[in-house]
Amino acid sequence: MEDEQSFSDICGGRLALQRRYYSPSCREFCLSCPRISLRSLTAVTCTVWLAAYGLFTLCENSMVLSAAIFITLLGLLGYLHFVKIDQETLLIIDSLGIQMTSSYASGKESTTFIEMGKVKDVVINEAIYMKVIYYLCILLKDPVEPHGISQVVPLFQSAKPRLDCLIEVYKSCQEILAHQKAPSTSL
Amino acid sequence: MGLVSRGTAAAGLGPARAAVRPRPPDAVPNLISTPPPEGAAPGSSRIPSMVLKAFFPTCCASADSGLLVGRWVPEQSSAVVLAVVHFPFIPIQVKELLAQVQQASRVGVAVLGTWCHRRQEPEESLGHFLEGLGAIFSHEPWLQLCRERGSKFWSCKATRRQVPTCPATSGEDQVMLVFYDQRKVLLSQLHPPAALPDRQAGDATASAVGLAAVFDTVARSEALFRSDRFDEGPVRLSHWQSEGVEASILVELAKWAAGPICLLLTCLLSLVSAASACRKANMLVSVLLDVALGLVLLSWLHRKDRIGQLADALIPVADHVAEELQHLLQWLMGAPAGLKMNRALDQVLGRFFLYHIHLWIGYIHLMSPFIECILWHVGLSACLGLTVALSILSDIIALLTFHIYCFYVYGARLYCLKIYGLSSLWRLFRGKKWNVLRQRVDSCSYDLDQLFIGTLLFTILVFLLPTTALYYLVFTLLRLLVVTVQGLIHLLVDLVNSLPLYSLGLRLCRPYRLAAGVKFRVLEHEAGSPLLLLMQINPLSYSRVVHTYRLPSCGCHPKHSWGSLCRKLFFGELIYPWRQRGDKQD
Repeated sequence: MEDEQSFSDICGGRLALQRRYYSPSCREFCLSCPRISLRSLTAVTCTVWLAAYGLFTLCENSMVLSAAIFITLLGLLGYLHFVKIDQETLLIIDSLGIQMTSSYASGKESTTFIEMGKVKDVVINEAIYMKVIYYLCILLKDPVEPHGISQVVPLFQSAKPRLDCLIEVYKSCQEILAHQKAPSTSL
Repeated sequence: MGLVSRGTAAAGLGPARAAVRPRPPDAVPNLISTPPPEGAAPGSSRIPSMVLKAFFPTCCASADSGLLVGRWVPEQSSAVVLAVVHFPFIPIQVKELLAQVQQASRVGVAVLGTWCHRRQEPEESLGHFLEGLGAIFSHEPWLQLCRERGSKFWSCKATRRQVPTCPATSGEDQVMLVFYDQRKVLLSQLHPPAALPDRQAGDATASAVGLAAVFDTVARSEALFRSDRFDEGPVRLSHWQSEGVEASILVELAKWAAGPICLLLTCLLSLVSAASACRKANMLVSVLLDVALGLVLLSWLHRKDRIGQLADALIPVADHVAEELQHLLQWLMGAPAGLKMNRALDQVLGRFFLYHIHLWIGYIHLMSPFIECILWHVGLSACLGLTVALSILSDIIALLTFHIYCFYVYGARLYCLKIYGLSSLWRLFRGKKWNVLRQRVDSCSYDLDQLFIGTLLFTILVFLLPTTALYYLVFTLLRLLVVTVQGLIHLLVDLVNSLPLYSLGLRLCRPYRLAAGVKFRVLEHEAGSPLLLLMQINPLSYSRVVHTYRLPSCGCHPKHSWGSLCRKLFFGELIYPWRQRGDKQD
């Protein structure tokens, strides 16, 4: 079962949340960030080349121009491969774990998988950063202390959705995590 | 939801196989459908409504029907399937083989269930037969996996014979099928993000938790993978060894030819345990690269008589450096940067240093006939490795700039003495004294003549301070320049020595060998069929590879912090950049 909804992020950009319910114990949430805009790309390229041309008129060396082109290309490739995240996916599988995947604009995917045995809970935290923002995070269990938290792993760092989107994801995750908590209390 | 239709039980074998089956199908009672109400056996401690995960190797997905052999992990409610035993088999021999494997590998291998890879038309007799096998090899829970040939339709069923504790749950569990590449999981090494604090190396049972248990199980079951379905043993198994028979005879021959070479390499490295084989390999590769680079450098040096050119250039360079130093001293003896120096002290210091340089030049010229011979022999040492050549270069620089080092020491000692005297007399000026016993400043009443002499000396020292300070500053800067150059060379040597090239190469070519974790992918899913996941290995990032496998460098980095360095410079204490903390300081 698949459905798609559109939300907005904290800066006002448009986000698309795609939900897939594979089975009652497996759900996937896919947040697509706004794409790289042609306007900002053109602006940056024009600035760099104007600066290079200014330098060229000063020092009369054509190497400056070729260097500027080279730098622009490398910079763009590096940005697409290392910085610009296109899509962030959260896959939650009951009794296996939670997997976060970030797909970059160049196609690279970076995945992290956290086993269910380490997950304490999934919560929405509030942070004050010039204004109040909300973020979804996974709390990990502390191996030493049974009721402690060893680490907080924030989710959807690049997409930065607003509270309404986070509540949807939170409710779905809690439904799956509830399977885990119920039997552990009865043992 | 997630459970399968009853139609899967009605599968069938071809009639040709019926003749060699060990027992006739109708003789086996059908135990599964009516669970006898015995007392709950104290078997596996499982969590009642946890989904059952079956880890199935991808190589067995196309294997013929048979028994599933593997390990059951009750804490995570997961079944790790290691191999499929094909028909025909004799149950006693299967049990013997499993007992052998269990003893050899200390892994609890058992028969987990049945695997059915059927053709289009289902046959009734196989269903009863497969269920009957559950009586021969009893296991809780009993897995029944079934796949239709040529389709993606899988069906999984896991049944339990004992009465469950909560009456609400039925005797069947939800099953999730996770496919894994057996060969890759066998060869890979998990690098958990945080090492468990009390992990013993030689645990008898698999103490790994979570998914590490799956890796552990597969890695330790080498004994099970020795015989194959193509071998002529009593039991025919299908596992990762069964696939990979190449279609091309040339590729197959090349693999066989490469076998002895790989065996030789592994023998060289297998003298140690697997845990540090990677480190040994890294060291070996680093040393080999070092020697290779050294030989390249050697061949470059000896071509076109470069050594002779170097030797010829050395003496003029040393002369040039000495001349520049002389100019510098002349400048200091004049009015450097418009500052007015104390004439007498200036002349004394300047002449002293000039004479020192004169002596040094004399020694260099004395040695000049032997320079070429020495350089030629030193150049030969490059065949021992690039790092040796670089270290010798660093030492040659130290020797050639020895006079700068001497000047620095003279200037620093003089300055240090002056600062020491100044601070002591400043305390006298204010009527205080340093108490050596108590290591603190105490007040003290001085006599008049003590005060008079003290003030006089203090004034003299204060007025001579700029001159000494300037000399000290100049020579310290020169010394720091030389130290920086030497430090860069040492850094390069460290880099060549400690970079784990073998691990980086492994990460590049065989990324599944170094695993940071796993990643899952949901395969095509249809409503009503069980969830199918593919487990792939998430390789380690390059930065973590370097961090984990970095060889220990000789550690000749300066151990001072910037603050202590500045403090030492200000007070004129000597800086020894290559001495470790804890060595005797004078």
